[in-house]
Amino acid sequence: MKRMAALVVALAVLGVTVWLVWPSGPGVQGQEQRITVVDGPNDDQKVDLDTTFFPPAQGGKAPAVLLAHGFGSAKESMRNQARQLAEAGYAVLTWSARGFGKSTGQIALNSPDYEVKDVKQLIDWLAKRPEVLLDKEGDPRVGMAGGSYGGAISLMTAAYDDRVDAIVPQITWYDLADALFPNGTGQGPESGVFKKAWAGFFFGRGGIAQGSGLQGGLEALNRQVQPLSPEEARCGRFLPEICDVYQQIASTGKATPEAVALLRKSSPVSVQGRIKAPTLLIQGQRDSLFTLAQADGNARAVAGPVQVMWFDGGHDGGNGEVDYLYEKTLGWLDRWLKQQPQPEGPAFSVTRDGGRDPGTRQRIRLHPETAQYPGLSGTMTTPVELRGPEQNIVNPPGGTPPSISTVPGVGGLLGGGGSGGGGQSNLSVSLDMPGQSAVFESAPLTRPLQLTGGASAKIRVYGKGEVTLFGKLYDVSDSLQPPNLPSGQISPVKVTIPEGADSVEATITLPVVDYLFPAGHRMRLALTTTDMGFSTPAEPASYRVALADPALAVPSVKGLSEPPPGLAWWVWAMPLAAIVVAAAVLATGRTRRARAGTASDVPLEITGLTKAYSNGFKAVDDLSFRVEQGQVLGLLGPNGAGKTTTMRMMMGLIHPDGGTIRIFGEEVTPGAPVLSRLGSFVEGPGFLPHLSGRENLDLYWAATGRPASEAHFDEALEIAGLGNAINRAVRTYSQGMRQRLAIAQAMLGLPDLLVLDEPTNGLDPPQIREMREVLKRYAQDGRTVIVSSHLLAEVEQTCSHVVVMHRGKLVSEGPVARLLATSNGHGPRLEDVFLDLIGEK
Amino acid sequence: MSTTYAANKTLPLRVEIVRQFKRRRTMVMFGLMLALPWILVIAFKVGPQSNNPGNALRISDLASAGALNFAAFSLSVSVFLLVVAVALFCGDTVASEANWSSLRYLLAAPVPRDRLLRQKLIVAMGYAAAAVISMPLMALLAGTLAFGWDDIQVPGTGETIPAMDALPRFAIVIGYALVCQLVTGALAFLLSTMTDSPLGAVGGAVGLWIVCQILQAVEALGVIREFLPTFWNNAWLDAIAPEPDYSGMAKGVAISITYAALLIALSFRRFRHKDVVS
Repeated sequence: MKRMAALVVALAVLGVTVWLVWPSGPGVQGQEQRITVVDGPNDDQKVDLDTTFFPPAQGGKAPAVLLAHGFGSAKESMRNQARQLAEAGYAVLTWSARGFGKSTGQIALNSPDYEVKDVKQLIDWLAKRPEVLLDKEGDPRVGMAGGSYGGAISLMTAAYDDRVDAIVPQITWYDLADALFPNGTGQGPESGVFKKAWAGFFFGRGGIAQGSGLQGGLEALNRQVQPLSPEEARCGRFLPEICDVYQQIASTGKATPEAVALLRKSSPVSVQGRIKAPTLLIQGQRDSLFTLAQADGNARAVAGPVQVMWFDGGHDGGNGEVDYLYEKTLGWLDRWLKQQPQPEGPAFSVTRDGGRDPGTRQRIRLHPETAQYPGLSGTMTTPVELRGPEQNIVNPPGGTPPSISTVPGVGGLLGGGGSGGGGQSNLSVSLDMPGQSAVFESAPLTRPLQLTGGASAKIRVYGKGEVTLFGKLYDVSDSLQPPNLPSGQISPVKVTIPEGADSVEATITLPVVDYLFPAGHRMRLALTTTDMGFSTPAEPASYRVALADPALAVPSVKGLSEPPPGLAWWVWAMPLAAIVVAAAVLATGRTRRARAGTASDVPLEITGLTKAYSNGFKAVDDLSFRVEQGQVLGLLGPNGAGKTTTMRMMMGLIHPDGGTIRIFGEEVTPGAPVLSRLGSFVEGPGFLPHLSGRENLDLYWAATGRPASEAHFDEALEIAGLGNAINRAVRTYSQGMRQRLAIAQAMLGLPDLLVLDEPTNGLDPPQIREMREVLKRYAQDGRTVIVSSHLLAEVEQTCSHVVVMHRGKLVSEGPVARLLATSNGHGPRLEDVFLDLIGEK
Repeated sequence: MSTTYAANKTLPLRVEIVRQFKRRRTMVMFGLMLALPWILVIAFKVGPQSNNPGNALRISDLASAGALNFAAFSLSVSVFLLVVAVALFCGDTVASEANWSSLRYLLAAPVPRDRLLRQKLIVAMGYAAAAVISMPLMALLAGTLAFGWDDIQVPGTGETIPAMDALPRFAIVIGYALVCQLVTGALAFLLSTMTDSPLGAVGGAVGLWIVCQILQAVEALGVIREFLPTFWNNAWLDAIAPEPDYSGMAKGVAISITYAALLIALSFRRFRHKDVVS
């Protein structure tokens, strides 16, 4: 039974293990292709694109998905996602954009004249593939997805090619000019602050360290650097026009109208209202390159159905939520390409810290959502009063030392960003240099305040000419913890103080974030003159900064909450099922009821009793005998004869395999009421060692549930003969004391049948003698005593009758005197008779 | 003739309570439970104030904020002690009788087997429950004397819940802690009916608890972990939040009841058929 169970468990474990480690079948194999496309403003430039086509795993005709890679990487970076989508039943095409990887051509920043034309021809190519489902001749069912640079090409292609049926652009731009020259006053990139660190990082990836993602990680750093030609060193693989523009803006830190025009040509801002394909915009909350505001622009530019997601990730790192994003991307594609019925999705969802999982206590992320996209100013605004005097701040000469908010590329290296890996890099590196910041703080919040969108404040700046400031909204908890800059986001501001005036008022929009300011914390608006990531004026200057309006407008989105998950079905079903099963286990496991017996005055009648142990050894084999009232029966046999086993069966401790034991006519089963007429002492005493002898007897009797008046404690205590020791804890008793106490316990209530197993073991000779008398007296009152022993002399002197057992079988029974008489010549001693009987002589 | 014998009067609860009460391990366990909050109080009073530089306020940072915070903290750190206490009371109850050989005399008294188990289970669970409850109650008392009676501060955000609102929730938390221990208790009880060694039964139950704790750290197991008996043990923390979330606790209760019902049914069934040879 036990072995069987162990075997089953072992097999189950083995099976599960094998199932878990069994190698999955070979994945979808990609087909490498070089596809030649023609592009350029005059459609006269041939470019060879390096592509990989993944046919749908299930075969047949399937919708196609174009997966576009990020800036600085190549088609290889999309391989895993492409395989996953091919497994999910899509024909997937990945390609290295012109100027990247093994594709020829130069980088034109997703220009409609270059990259967009390339992709249109890739769609033409897809339309000819037998694996691709067509909407009509030359028009395949096709979706596009990709992050950053790949997200922008998705948007641009959807604007220029109506054949695109759904897109999922991630962490990408709406207006490249605005992304590189942000201005929190809303006056546009021409007067914006140059995001020099990101721009340089971005440009620097354009052709030199190929084959690695924008978040390429350590791999890119470990690669051997190839020597470059002067032109390569200057422009990498950029188109010369773009290279020239970049060099100009990077050296001046100012956006020229030409630069803005060029950047906007490659931005969805130039194609507003032309994107008809259903669009899932996934933007990172930890992204100082393409902020959440960029996704807001795209959401308004798209004419088709649109959904916006703010996830925990972006170019600065964060979790990345790879699995969640894939699931959402696939859901969007399934909905619009396969036209699978999907639940009406929310228009807007945000990833939030969801506290800890009730089970794992790990941090979890929640994805609350709303049916309407609320934009950046929320559905409601809470004014928070800020306080602080007018403050003098300086712009240090040369703009150093700069304050720090985020360091471009660091998040990507540490956390893997949106390109993979689940690393958390919530590294806060924010640092404000002394003397450079004007600070305005709120009183401690009385209730938690959820900021979702861009808060705005009205400030007044005193000084001269152009003033560059960086607006930051800190969460200040107490003096022990450093203030927290949510997601490391800042809002650069450039204001111009008109000639003749000494100051200017400006409404500034602070960074767009989703952040919960807990109760008791303060909100701090800091305006800083420098930031490491931006280009700031080199001339030293000092300004005065004050609040024009103490109210900081904090937008929140009402109803942005995760629908509570319904109670899982098993929460109520499982316990109910378990209780039913438990009841069944109990009901079916009833022990056999005793067959009704007729009360008789035969103290003990054993018929055909058999007990075999699990190893097959028969401890008792077809034993039958009968004890009459008033007898003192000796149960005699060598060790292992089955005496104790028989006695245990009499007490209902062991289930016999066959035969019956009847006590006063009633069949013995475990706990049979007739056992109350049986007093027993088998295989040594059993007491609670921490209780005294008296307490043991009292509690034992109480456990029988019978009234104390029936117990005859005095007689029992007399038999025990323990004197004052009766009040000591049993653990202090000697073996003989316990033995006597146990016999006294067996005699409690003066049972009609007394069964004693080796009662004289451990007693000294006077006590043995006394015990002998006690037993004889006990039987004289019409009660019956059964004594097992291997001491023959003992039986001879105490017992009137004897049952001899050997190897589980009855050898002889009868009055002691008769047994002695049958001795065939070996002498009149019971010992001789006994040894004769068991055949040892 | 003993016509006064009635099976349903055997081994009254009172008798079993007395039998167990005078044992040293009962005293030691309760002593430990009642002393623990005071030990923690001393630790907080003596030790230097911790200045956690992180953003999130941990439950330990708030422990000295008031009686309720202290009690919640005590409960969160003493999970293992509660497991040991419950395993001890439930695992020892039958096995120690077998070990002392007194089991056979009770059975031959005769106390019917189902009744013996039932009475022992009730008393063991009662002691275990008393031990589990006494610790947070003493923590409330110790916390009140040491840190004062104050509204509860929520870990993480530091918001406060009025003490009077939190008190009923605290009762739920203690109740939940009890239900969570049902599995440990039931398993210990099953083992107790299978072995003559009290230590084996207690150790087996604690061992399973440890194995479950280890398994639930294996994230690769995914959803399967939700069905580990210990998985939801800390879900009560969600009851002490500005907006209490009882979903985790509901799952925990479901899992506990499921395992406990099966294990207890199994222990009764096994014990009925068992040959008592101890």
